[in-house]
Amino acid sequence: MTAAALRHARYVVTENPITLVAFSMLLLLLLLALLGPALAPYDPLKSDTASTLKPPSMRHWFGTDQLGRDMLSRVMVATRLDMAIAFSAVALSFTAGSLAGACAGVFGGWTERIVSRISDTIMAFPLFVLAMGIVAALGNSVFNVVLATAIINLPFYARMARAEANVRREAGFVEAARLSGNGTMRVLAVHIYPNCLPPMMVQASLNLGWAMLNAAGLAFIGLGVRPPTPEWGILVAEGASFILSGEWWIALFPGLALMLAVFCFNLMGDGLRDLIDPRRRT
Amino acid sequence: MAAPAPLLSVEDLSVEFRTREGLVKALDRVSFDIHRGETVGVVGESGSGKSVTAFAIMRILDPAARITGGRVAFDGVDLVAAHEPELEARRGRDLSMIFQNPRTALNPIRQVGRQIGDVLLRHGGAKRGEVRARAVELLAQVQIPDPARRYWAYPFELSGGMCQRVMIALALACGPALLVADEPTTGLDVTTQAAIMDLIDELARAKRMATLLITHDLGLAALHCERIVVMHAGHVVESAPTAELFASPRHPYTAKLIAATPGPGISLEELAAIPGSLPDLRGELPACRYSRRCERYAPFCDEPLPLAEVGPRHTVACGKPL
Repeated sequence: MTAAALRHARYVVTENPITLVAFSMLLLLLLLALLGPALAPYDPLKSDTASTLKPPSMRHWFGTDQLGRDMLSRVMVATRLDMAIAFSAVALSFTAGSLAGACAGVFGGWTERIVSRISDTIMAFPLFVLAMGIVAALGNSVFNVVLATAIINLPFYARMARAEANVRREAGFVEAARLSGNGTMRVLAVHIYPNCLPPMMVQASLNLGWAMLNAAGLAFIGLGVRPPTPEWGILVAEGASFILSGEWWIALFPGLALMLAVFCFNLMGDGLRDLIDPRRRT
Repeated sequence: MAAPAPLLSVEDLSVEFRTREGLVKALDRVSFDIHRGETVGVVGESGSGKSVTAFAIMRILDPAARITGGRVAFDGVDLVAAHEPELEARRGRDLSMIFQNPRTALNPIRQVGRQIGDVLLRHGGAKRGEVRARAVELLAQVQIPDPARRYWAYPFELSGGMCQRVMIALALACGPALLVADEPTTGLDVTTQAAIMDLIDELARAKRMATLLITHDLGLAALHCERIVVMHAGHVVESAPTAELFASPRHPYTAKLIAATPGPGISLEELAAIPGSLPDLRGELPACRYSRRCERYAPFCDEPLPLAEVGPRHTVACGKPL
């Protein structure tokens, strides 16, 4: 079984070059997230008054900021926090949204009405402003950034899962499952829900990118993560004030890292779906 | 023939569908029996209520449908009055069903062996360790080559006939007393059809299982059933042992149906189409729903329909039988 799964994974990755690029970038990001602090050449928080605002050089590949901190180290170390926020926010909204949506799609009636109206209400707000509001109301912490990001993404999962479950509620195999004595909950858990996942994986992958941008955006305007903690959004915010005076590297490199990460997640969607859908194994 | 109590006894079963255009009386006082080990065919043209009957017996009718009367006595229990937990416990264990489109009837992203295992775990009281061996055994029983490898196959990797075999293995996993087969061979090619039907026959005989074969193919029913129930527009019009039904049909509709069935030595010109089409099942209906298409129509056909016993286990619902 695991051997077959591995073979399939290798096939999916090699068959589509874009998937290969996406997964290599993901691997790089994950490595940085895991080992970033160990690999970084300097302490990301240590200031060095002797070399402030230095452009990229052999000693400091990404240059240094106004306090002389090494930008390469700061960008590397920030990977972990940004990835953690994006992944936990998506995991949270994927789980809650898909479960609520699938229940709504299968049961219909008031379950569906409640889930749909909550989704509609959330979507009626400008999402970024809603996230700002949630963080402002709940308190300025990383956990609340995760929570806010999860909440604003919830409707997309709920609506998609509802539609997918609704289509499959009438499917032959669902009828067959009932005919072999399965109750509604078991049919939902074993037959309908797993069949909704492949198309939702594409959404989840795109969403990782949005979640990351959202978290960085919140940090940029000073919500959630606080300096001096290195985080891509904050790094860009700190660098933004120096662009006009010519020190472009402080904002550019963290921005580039952010862009590449989001790009990677956007490319990954189809590959991820192929990976978990057995029908692609031919 | 002092037969014991039948395994399944459908009595005066009526089903209505609520639609936007009004109430559709899909079944009206449908009655028939099946004994243990017997194969009974339900035939009729599309829309005559065959599948609705099957769904009503299994109690998986659409939410828009309502059973308005009658009983379905199965093994001493009235399935119409039974509650959902009782039905769930019986479905797949005591009564099973297979239907057309075997491809869509299997979960596309679950290995077929595990789907059979699911049923065994649900009802069979099988231990986790034995389930796999038992599922492979069942796949072998429905003559799937290389069953140990096919256990891990996904439905899309199998042909239509192969999927139907898996469906049969699934339906028979717990040794049900009754198998409802709703058009089990529609959509399969002719040789596969024959193989599937022979397989059902053989397994039914080996396990003394009763089979309710629902089909629009009178020829298929003639080959495999001991008795045939003919349905028209939600009524049972005639019910008789197969040989007798073909030799001396008593209901005009049955006679027309037989005349419209192709067989060896019958040229296309000899086949007679049945005039007219099924009546609209909404609103008021005549007592005999066939009367508007019937050449033998007489005024007294609008009187309440008699159900005449014209021979041993041969009934006909016609005021003026042949």
